[in-house]
Amino acid sequence: MIKGTFFILLFYLLGEIISLLLNGFIPGSVIGMVLLFLSLLFKIVRPEWLKKTATVITRNMAIFFVPAAVGLVAYVELLSNSLVTIFSAIIISTILTIIVVGLVQQVLENKIGAKKK
Amino acid sequence: MTNIVEHIKTLLGGEVFFLLLTLGSFLLGVLLYKRTKISLLQPLLVSMIIIIPFLKITGIEYQVFYEKTRLLSFMLGPSVVALGYVLYEQIEHIRGNVISILTSVFVGSLVGILSVVLIAKLFGADRLLTASLAPKSVTTPIAMNLAENTGGVPSLAAVFVVICGLFGGLVGPLILHRIGVKSSIAKGLALGSASHALGTVKAMEMGALEGAISGLAIGIMGVMTALLIPFVERFF
Repeated sequence: MIKGTFFILLFYLLGEIISLLLNGFIPGSVIGMVLLFLSLLFKIVRPEWLKKTATVITRNMAIFFVPAAVGLVAYVELLSNSLVTIFSAIIISTILTIIVVGLVQQVLENKIGAKKK
Repeated sequence: MTNIVEHIKTLLGGEVFFLLLTLGSFLLGVLLYKRTKISLLQPLLVSMIIIIPFLKITGIEYQVFYEKTRLLSFMLGPSVVALGYVLYEQIEHIRGNVISILTSVFVGSLVGILSVVLIAKLFGADRLLTASLAPKSVTTPIAMNLAENTGGVPSLAAVFVVICGLFGGLVGPLILHRIGVKSSIAKGLALGSASHALGTVKAMEMGALEGAISGLAIGIMGVMTALLIPFVERFF
């Protein structure tokens, strides 16, 4: 657990530093995630070092959002004033995303499959 | 005697109490979800439904609650980093499909962000609301981070992410069936890209490959969206 925690925090710190250098263009945590992924891929870090910690953290991730999500309390008015906007935007955009990803992926797969034959 | 009363007051205003409140509400949510299988009863939503009125009734400032539960919020960053491991675990599923997967998630991310921003703007949403809506399709910690970076509100973003996840998980399989998507990879990818973890729950019900690909899509979508949002930001 300690080894896993050490590497996760290390990559988090690296990600935050790079994010700072990039003027916060991409969140440090996302950069840390990519760096960790690449380090595993190129065998710089061993998967068994991280397995336990990473699994425990990600399996129970939702609990970490609670404090921030409760912050909604200050925006109840904004929410109730913009319900139509919010729901239209989310519903239409979600449908579009599902259609686009599903179709593009299927078409590309078929094309590559056809080429192989 | 007054001493004891004072001690109890301090305890009730301290970290232990607020952490117990948060963990307890969350556990209740997990229990409710397991018992009822109603997807609206997400542990996160249940916790909000319990804690928000609790703070209102007791008159405790949100800032106090936030400070005392710092331990939990701190873990948001590391948990995103840990997703890098989860991504790595799923790598075997995508051999031979790397380019098609990256392309479709990229297009999906672009369409998702542009459409949500455009519609919000059409309805006259301000920057605060638009910036909170834009990352709706990515996993909560990344979405909160992205919203904050662009002038949105993390907690609003968290709620929008949950709405998006619930809706996509609900209608996703129907839509995919309607438009004739049969490939397992395409199904999993679409659900994970549009509706993150809640889409993945549905994808797992469809099959193991769908579930794994959907989990992978969460990570790729997070990175793509983080890369795209700074370019779209000027329209907020």
